[in-house]
Amino acid sequence: MEELLKILQKNARADHADVAKQLGLSLEEVERKIAEYEKRGVIRGYQAVLNEDALNLDTVTAVIEVKVTPERGGGFNRIADRLSRFPEVRSTYLMSGAYDLLLFVEGRNLRAVAAFVSEKLSTIDGVISTSTHFMLKTYKRLGVLMEPSHEDERLTISP
Amino acid sequence: MKTNGSPSLRDRLALPVRDIPRSGIRDFFDIVSTMRDVISLGIGEPDFDTPWHVRESTVFAIERGATHYTSNLGYLELRQALTGYVHKKFGVGYNPVTEVLVTVGVSEALDLALRAILNPGDEVLYHEPCYVSYRPVILFAHGVPRAIETSAADGFRLTRAMLEAQVTERTKVLLLNFPNNPTGGVMGRKDLEEIAAFARERDLLVITDEIYAELTYDNAHVSIASLPEMRDRTLFLHGFSKAWAMTGYRLGYACGPAEWIDAMMKIHQYTMLCASSLAQKAAIEALARPDADIGTMVDEYRRRRNFLVASFKELDLDCSRPAGAFYAFPNIARFGLTAKDFALKLLEEERVAVVPGTAFGACGEGFVRCAYATNLDQIKEAMRRLQRFLKRRG
Repeated sequence: MEELLKILQKNARADHADVAKQLGLSLEEVERKIAEYEKRGVIRGYQAVLNEDALNLDTVTAVIEVKVTPERGGGFNRIADRLSRFPEVRSTYLMSGAYDLLLFVEGRNLRAVAAFVSEKLSTIDGVISTSTHFMLKTYKRLGVLMEPSHEDERLTISP
Repeated sequence: MKTNGSPSLRDRLALPVRDIPRSGIRDFFDIVSTMRDVISLGIGEPDFDTPWHVRESTVFAIERGATHYTSNLGYLELRQALTGYVHKKFGVGYNPVTEVLVTVGVSEALDLALRAILNPGDEVLYHEPCYVSYRPVILFAHGVPRAIETSAADGFRLTRAMLEAQVTERTKVLLLNFPNNPTGGVMGRKDLEEIAAFARERDLLVITDEIYAELTYDNAHVSIASLPEMRDRTLFLHGFSKAWAMTGYRLGYACGPAEWIDAMMKIHQYTMLCASSLAQKAAIEALARPDADIGTMVDEYRRRRNFLVASFKELDLDCSRPAGAFYAFPNIARFGLTAKDFALKLLEEERVAVVPGTAFGACGEGFVRCAYATNLDQIKEAMRRLQRFLKRRG
């Protein structure tokens, strides 16, 4: 992966002038490259990584394993796309193994997620079965630990 | 304690110890540690955490009961892993049974190396600015330190001409440290070949401290031990502190001719017995997959180096482009302050800690060492403060 992308993946808010200095590029070059990545759809968005547990929200997240019948011609893509378009679905992955699609679904509360699964998800043509797991606590998301890490324990001056 | 006419205790101290001044870094640390909100560019160790798989394996080692003495030389499994790594990374082959000694950091290895080889009056050539311990450990070993001054104009490299000007009949050892602390200077293959030829002609032994070998940013590192006919006159020192961010583990090693290693082992076995068993277990794990850990850190250091050098340029501060380690060594002479006063004032006025170049030898006057083993936000804020500081001084 290009170094610019690595920096942005770690910190999407990195100051572009600082990034330019780190990479030995001009500010214009950095901004042009970013614009290109956005245009090509390589960069798909910029989001804050929230520790939602700290917000005391009542929302729940479920991880749902879905078995589906692949379609002739489209394979899994069409059904995956149809499922992904529900705003409740936060992430969709095609998996190897005992099931086909893995969904991360967010709802106002347990009942809302249950309703989504029973009324929307399972009734879609091609969905054979679902298995729903509720998330209890988040320790790490997108490579970020949710607990603040320890203080710098190094001596302030050392040889 | 002074009693009826007997000399004061100070007078009874061993002379090589008594006459060595306290480390300049130590004094500076005492001042800094009383202050708050200091951004420190004075830290000579990585800010990265020790890789988790290494830390986790240390816990496992405790659980498994690896809490006893090891072989004086170190676990054979570790020595085998070390010779494998050194062969692959540096292109020099060593026998894990007779040519490797695991030590408590490179510091101990250097001490042993000198004590094993020096007779009183033997001279050691080394280059300054350099790591703070070189001169003292040469003196502790009853050797005669002969410093060679390197300069920013040469990228702090060592040249044959510099060696020729300092070598004498009593010169026995040449001590090298590239990539260099505090300058970030490196030596390429051509530079080293010149030095190696000189060592061969003069029949000098070479001790090469390559603790920063993995941290080079423009070109791959070359070890002098890998050059023709150098292996058998060279002691190669390396460790886990910098590349693996394992400073507190205190783990280093020496590779070299069996006679030299054996002599070092004699001192080591009677003074240290062995390096920590836990640190050795952790090192075995570190070597099992070095590339991923180090690659990420090196990329980050390189970006910070670029940032720092670009910032110095914006501030019109002269700085030889550092190509290794994690230090920049800018020239501050034009501000009319000694390195020490510059560092003190910068600390007092802007709460930024840098280390006066004189801590690394007299020729460090006019320079300060800025370590970029700290995150970019801190470096950026430090540069903002430095800019304010320099502006007041025209």
